[in-house]
Amino acid sequence: MFDNLSERLGGILDRLTRRGALTEADVDAAMREVRRALLEADVSLDVVRSFTDKVREQAVGATVVKSVTPGQMVVKIVHDELIATLGSDGQTIDLNAVPPIIIMMVGLQGSGKTTTTAKLARRLTERDKRKVLMASLDIYRPAAMEQLAVLGRDLDIKTLPIVAGQKPEQIARRALEAGKLGGYDVVLLDTAGRTTLDDEMMSEAANIKTAAHPHEVLLVADSLTGQDAVNLARSFDERVGLTGIVLTRVDGDGRGGAALSMRQVTGKPIKLIGTGEKTDALEDFHPSRIAGRILGMGDVVSLVEKASANIDAEKAARTTERMRKGQFDLNDMREQLLQMSKMGGISGLMGMMPGVSKMKNQMAAAGLDDRIIKRQVAVIDSMTRQERKHPEILKASRKRRIAAGAGQKVEEINKLLKMHRGMADMMKMMGTGKRGPLAGIAQAMGFGGGMPSPEQMKALAEKMPKGADGLPQLPKDLPAGLRGGLPNLPGLTGLTGKPTLPGLGFPRKKK
Amino acid sequence: MSDSTEDKPKQSWWRRLSGGLKRTSTSLGTAVADLVTKRKLDRAMLDDIEDVLLRADLGTAVAERIAEAVGEGRYDKAISADEVKAVVATEVEKVLAPVARPLVIDDTLKPFVILVVGVNGSGKTTTIGKLAAKLSAEGRKVMMAAGDTFRAAAIEQLKVWGERTGSPVIAGAQGSDSASLAFNALTEARNEKRDVLLIDTAGRLQNKAELMNELEKMVRVIRRVDALAPHAVLLVLDATVGQNALSQVEAFHRTAGVTGLVMTKLDGTARGGILVALAEKHKLPVHFIGVGESIDDLAPFTARDFARAVAGIET
Repeated sequence: MFDNLSERLGGILDRLTRRGALTEADVDAAMREVRRALLEADVSLDVVRSFTDKVREQAVGATVVKSVTPGQMVVKIVHDELIATLGSDGQTIDLNAVPPIIIMMVGLQGSGKTTTTAKLARRLTERDKRKVLMASLDIYRPAAMEQLAVLGRDLDIKTLPIVAGQKPEQIARRALEAGKLGGYDVVLLDTAGRTTLDDEMMSEAANIKTAAHPHEVLLVADSLTGQDAVNLARSFDERVGLTGIVLTRVDGDGRGGAALSMRQVTGKPIKLIGTGEKTDALEDFHPSRIAGRILGMGDVVSLVEKASANIDAEKAARTTERMRKGQFDLNDMREQLLQMSKMGGISGLMGMMPGVSKMKNQMAAAGLDDRIIKRQVAVIDSMTRQERKHPEILKASRKRRIAAGAGQKVEEINKLLKMHRGMADMMKMMGTGKRGPLAGIAQAMGFGGGMPSPEQMKALAEKMPKGADGLPQLPKDLPAGLRGGLPNLPGLTGLTGKPTLPGLGFPRKKK
Repeated sequence: MSDSTEDKPKQSWWRRLSGGLKRTSTSLGTAVADLVTKRKLDRAMLDDIEDVLLRADLGTAVAERIAEAVGEGRYDKAISADEVKAVVATEVEKVLAPVARPLVIDDTLKPFVILVVGVNGSGKTTTIGKLAAKLSAEGRKVMMAAGDTFRAAAIEQLKVWGERTGSPVIAGAQGSDSASLAFNALTEARNEKRDVLLIDTAGRLQNKAELMNELEKMVRVIRRVDALAPHAVLLVLDATVGQNALSQVEAFHRTAGVTGLVMTKLDGTARGGILVALAEKHKLPVHFIGVGESIDDLAPFTARDFARAVAGIET
């Protein structure tokens, strides 16, 4: 959801990075665009204002460090400020209390409270190994209590038996009692949805809180919310008192400015995000990573972590060795394709890389997606061992057989072979260099420079700061591949022009 | 849904709406009054007007344009708060007037099929319930189809509305195919000679291709029974939604051929100003607004009242 915002800011800051000195007028122009982008992303006006004011203040007065362009300075300031607004560290549900721990869910109607309650219950049961009891206090919406009961049955998580005619406070007390007697670790209270203006309902929520003494009060809020986000977060915080926020529908294509707004006005952390309809789609919120994405910096930290976690070092070494000798057959290519898809596939990799979200859309439009990798692996799987080792023996009849076996057209086989030849050539050329196994693919896919070897990746991951403060150092350690252009993917026909990264102006690695 | 409002004296929906707006400290009325009590209309004032429109979710482009329109011919003239409000209301009304069109049920079509779509939690099922109540009160024989086969207990929720309004509800099992359910319901409604068939759908985010395909299939299957159906496709929008509503309208229109909009939950602090941006861009009729939780809180949309409420004009 944050991709769109990162595109906007990417474009704006691009203009800045390409200039020499940074004048007040430059900053003003940039801030106007930042303001507009944030507003279009549904960040509340007041939050936008304080945000741009802070950034402007720092940007104009900032002494530009040597070897850093003024644009980079602004990027850093905006980045830091975004993180400061979003919360500097990922905070999750606090389970350090005497059981049963009471967690109360509040929110507007239709924000996703019941679904989120079930998701949280599943997470606490499966991940944290807690014994969870769910109770619905929504006596208003038809079948709301049944909804939670059905979800509980599906997930095999206990729900409080429904007793008709009870008031929400009574149900809360009953849930507490059941939690103590049943030896539960956590009791989740799903309350009725309410509008911020409904005094009666708001005091009902406050009364439930008094009765149940919840350890956590979570506001469940829709990430698609517009300017009203400030009002709703503020009124729930004032009337009920929150300990955290859960953002739902983060898998939508909304720009998610509500996250910034709510965090800013309440000062309460965003603890979790809902990323899908299924009950396992609940994730931790990472402010630093999200801020990076907003800026178009890409989620480089995740990329490196993923890479080092997924690349089988031994296999990689073997492949490297073969490559150095100039041997690169279809088996090796298959290995590389599989490694790529393990790292999240084309779109996964792209999503984590800076400034390519727009390209991602273009690629989707051109029909280039992860299925291509799967298909190419399928094509190789349809070959005999001999064919894989000696692709040169592939003639028309063999190709037809393979095509039929893989459910593809012969053109696809040719495309794959062409790609393989290109990669093999590249390998030979680079055979002498100390490159990682991904280098070939990176090169063939036009990633520019080589990707680092697994050892380098690992070293990089260790060097990488966990938090947010890595911005200025980060670029120096970046694999060159992430800095160069990202053009001309194989089989990428629908694209014209040469898309490039936004050129955040990372300093080039010294030779 | 609480019916607790029943014993209170009846107010017009708009009075309740503007009553709600009055209570928000940032409502346009107060803000504009703060800004322009006996002042010359200048750049700064127009910027401020733009800001208050932005706060109502009108979006940058529309807010800018309306602020400009307010300034046109009035620049450097002294203007009172009330005048500014009136001008803002007039400009907003100009945009909204063409889209304020009621939902017309063609009684020669039996059944008149209404498909209700939207993202999760926007209030589809509740809107269907209210619509069913309204249409049966007008003397029509209504049938409902519980097409939300995904969300737990959505079917039960609609059945409760069926009991309240005395209308039959056609339902399958949870997780069953919604298209075949729609098919059965339409066939049934035909056999029973029902006047109106209201079809509920599961909430879906508009960027989920597979779910949108499912909706497309539902429409296709409905057309197999009746080539002209669904005769109305209502997109339900939550008043709190921001700029994402533009993308919602676009996607749902492309997939299901939306014929009109319904905006729910206008009884909160959200002002639903996105409707103005939507009116400019998509020109789809706005049929109803939901301003409360009780069964008759579904009011026809009127441009003048809405515009005045947005501008904070009282009575």
